[in-house]
Amino acid sequence: MSTTAQSPATAGAEVPAAGADRFELVREGARRDGVEILHYEPRFPVPGTRRERRIERMIALFFLFTGLASVAFVVVYIWWPWQYKSGFHPDKLYTPLLGLTLAAALAGIGFAIITWAKKLLPHEIAVQDRHDGPSDAQERELTGATMLNMVDELGIKRRPLLKAVIPLSLAPVGLVAAAPLIGGLISNPHKHNQLVTTGWNPANNGGRPVGMVREDYTPVRPDDVSIGGQITVFPGIPGGTTNKHADSPTLLIHLRDADAAELRRNLVPGNHDAMYGNFVAYSKICTHAGCPASLYEQQTNKLLCPCHQSQFNILNNARPVFGPATRRLPMLPITVENGYFVARSDYRVAIGPGFWERPDETT
Amino acid sequence: MKRRKAELAALPGRAASEIDDRFQLATPLRRLFNKVFPDHWSFMLGEVALYSFIVLLLTGTFLALFFDPSMTDVRYDGSYVPLRGIEMSRAYASTMELSFDVRGGLFMRQLHHWAALLFMAAIVVHMLRVFFTGAFRKPRETNWIIGIGLFLFGFLEGLFGYSLPDDALSGTGLRVMNAIVLGIPVIGTWTATSLFGGEFPGTVIIDRFYILHVFLFPGLILGLISVHLGLLVKQKHTQWPGPGRTEHNVVGIRMFPGFAAKGGGFFMIVFAVIALLAGLFQINPIWLFGPYKAAVVAAAAQPDWYVMFLDGSTRLMPAWELRWHMFGHPYMIPALFWPTVVLPGIMFTLAGAWPQLERRFTRDTRAHHLLQRPRDVPTRTAAGMMAVSFYLVLTISGGNDVIADKFRISLNAMTWAGRIGLLVVPPLAYYLTHRICLGLQQHDREVLAHGVETGIIKRDPDGRFFEVHQPLGAADSHGHTALPYVGTPVPKKMNRLGALIPTVRGFFFPVEIVGRPPEAPVSPAVGAAEQRREVGSSH
Repeated sequence: MSTTAQSPATAGAEVPAAGADRFELVREGARRDGVEILHYEPRFPVPGTRRERRIERMIALFFLFTGLASVAFVVVYIWWPWQYKSGFHPDKLYTPLLGLTLAAALAGIGFAIITWAKKLLPHEIAVQDRHDGPSDAQERELTGATMLNMVDELGIKRRPLLKAVIPLSLAPVGLVAAAPLIGGLISNPHKHNQLVTTGWNPANNGGRPVGMVREDYTPVRPDDVSIGGQITVFPGIPGGTTNKHADSPTLLIHLRDADAAELRRNLVPGNHDAMYGNFVAYSKICTHAGCPASLYEQQTNKLLCPCHQSQFNILNNARPVFGPATRRLPMLPITVENGYFVARSDYRVAIGPGFWERPDETT
Repeated sequence: MKRRKAELAALPGRAASEIDDRFQLATPLRRLFNKVFPDHWSFMLGEVALYSFIVLLLTGTFLALFFDPSMTDVRYDGSYVPLRGIEMSRAYASTMELSFDVRGGLFMRQLHHWAALLFMAAIVVHMLRVFFTGAFRKPRETNWIIGIGLFLFGFLEGLFGYSLPDDALSGTGLRVMNAIVLGIPVIGTWTATSLFGGEFPGTVIIDRFYILHVFLFPGLILGLISVHLGLLVKQKHTQWPGPGRTEHNVVGIRMFPGFAAKGGGFFMIVFAVIALLAGLFQINPIWLFGPYKAAVVAAAAQPDWYVMFLDGSTRLMPAWELRWHMFGHPYMIPALFWPTVVLPGIMFTLAGAWPQLERRFTRDTRAHHLLQRPRDVPTRTAAGMMAVSFYLVLTISGGNDVIADKFRISLNAMTWAGRIGLLVVPPLAYYLTHRICLGLQQHDREVLAHGVETGIIKRDPDGRFFEVHQPLGAADSHGHTALPYVGTPVPKKMNRLGALIPTVRGFFFPVEIVGRPPEAPVSPAVGAAEQRREVGSSH
């Protein structure tokens, strides 16, 4: 049944008489929806050919495949050993098997439906009117008049008192909506001077210098850092090595004699008394975006931040020498008390990334 | 027995009447069934995004049953031995439980993450399709802007999502996010401390991101998708030019059953691909990164791919910081502000304003429903390629440390290559694209006028060589045809004209009769063999 429309659609035509071909009804329905079915051709004019049966079998096979894969998924899900064991055990195959069986099940349905749509459904070309463009001019005018009439009914123009009072009194309602959100969330960035102080501030230790500890709170002696080596140290206060003091991690470096001499020659005024012998401590928090600038290049005496590749010269006050960072890594003034490292004071400049009202320092 | 059978057969009809009595569905339902959709492979890219989003909703709901967005410190004692006894947040610990102690939890996590990556990728590719074919033109500007909104919300949604596990990688990302907010002029410090509830990292940010990630942003995205699709249905789909296709009609197949079946089947395929990725390719193995510690970072710290362009712009930014004194107090704008706030602001504004800009420059205020081939609008195509190349330089620079490492290039050289490339590559891309578009246009016109190159070289009696051309229509005495270009692909190979015997179809045995004339995919079709005579030549 290959049909090609001969005459243009006449909207609102009568429904074909009862007993008419059902497709005539379909065509009429489409016509009323502004759709003309121009071409409609079954894929298999003669039903039951070998090719048609072949496609039917293929679709059935896809569905069967889905059924099998789904069963496999459930079997794997329930009976495959899934609990983690270290080393290579069957549990490492649990997720891959779930993925494979689920993908197979879904792909089976997908291929079945798409094959059905592409190979069995009649080939058709339908054309629908767009009805684009603006609404009817008359419609626009009627709607416009209705809207203008609303304004007249309310009489805003004639009632200047309301005109003035309404915006004045409704504006605070907006504030009512904003107040709890802002009021609940707002937190003063200058409370406790939090942007410019760290865990090394002696105030955290009853006014006494804060000791340097490793991550497990063991104190650090000069002998613990080999020449040319470095370790990460934290303030020895409660919670000092946790994220509560995320601004405090510090890199303690033991320089070689020649390097230490070079650094001593380069020290800027704020850093002049910050070293202890050949030891120097820099803030680990990158002055660019706050990542730990911790990749230590021993040969070139540079610190590299792995986030955005800023590089800092250890032998020149950790000044940035490459990348987007603009400010040097602050140096922590250190000394040794009773054989263990302590910070003589907090950092003398704000550590970490920059901000609008950041106090200036001489660099 | 017989009577009951008759009643059963009449049941659907009766149910339909009962429903229509109440809701009067006959007309709207039929209108929906009969809606015509044009068919082209590029129209399914947006569908991929939609289907990925459905997978995201399904898997996300499962994950939310087990994930605990809390920053309270706990000591891990789950199945994964290497991390036992380590202090971590509840968020990280519950993600570990999901990965190791919930049956199929790891698979669900990986489904969710892969679906998110595919969602963003499909949005980007769909946007490129819409841009390069001019589908954003009047009356579809609103849907273009909604699309950009969807990219933006999807981007933030992804950012919130991968920050939730509180592992070392995402925690570092959070720290960079904190620094970005901190660096915004005037309001930066107040905004950052209010968002994080104090100094970084505080104790609330995961809880806050969680509610944004599972409620507010999915709701926004769902709302925008509804409007996006509603407008698509209302304004009807664009179509490629072709026989019988005009600005005032849609030529294709009706929604039911053909189009809906293809769409439903395609959903299953998309879902299957995500399942395959999630099963076979590990993603975000947080147990290898460890819990977030402020002092710990690893090299090759890259965000998800759709954030990498911002990472790249941050890496390429020169160390330019503005500092000055005002009212006796120092102020500054850090270098971080420009590549992470200003640059994306400009990029999104330009993209959103493009339809208006194009209208302004072309003075074309008409509505358009027929798509354009990219070559036919060289300026727009070139501008688009300029934007794409800009984005690509940024994205590649987002992984420049990995490239430097794997290819043994100096890291500084990679950064400088990115800085110079960002300025040089886009104009170059513009120029080349423009030239290529014009070249393709010219070749189309040439084939329409002179015919298809046959590859047959002939020699004249006077010794000249020339290539035989197959005209596409009736040719005049010079072998020229006067065929107008109508914005559709021009056949350029002989087998597109049916000049070659088609390959035999069927894997084990032929399934169709050899020698049957193939369907000519183009108009005008060249049918009978005598019409395929080689005619004339051109020099």
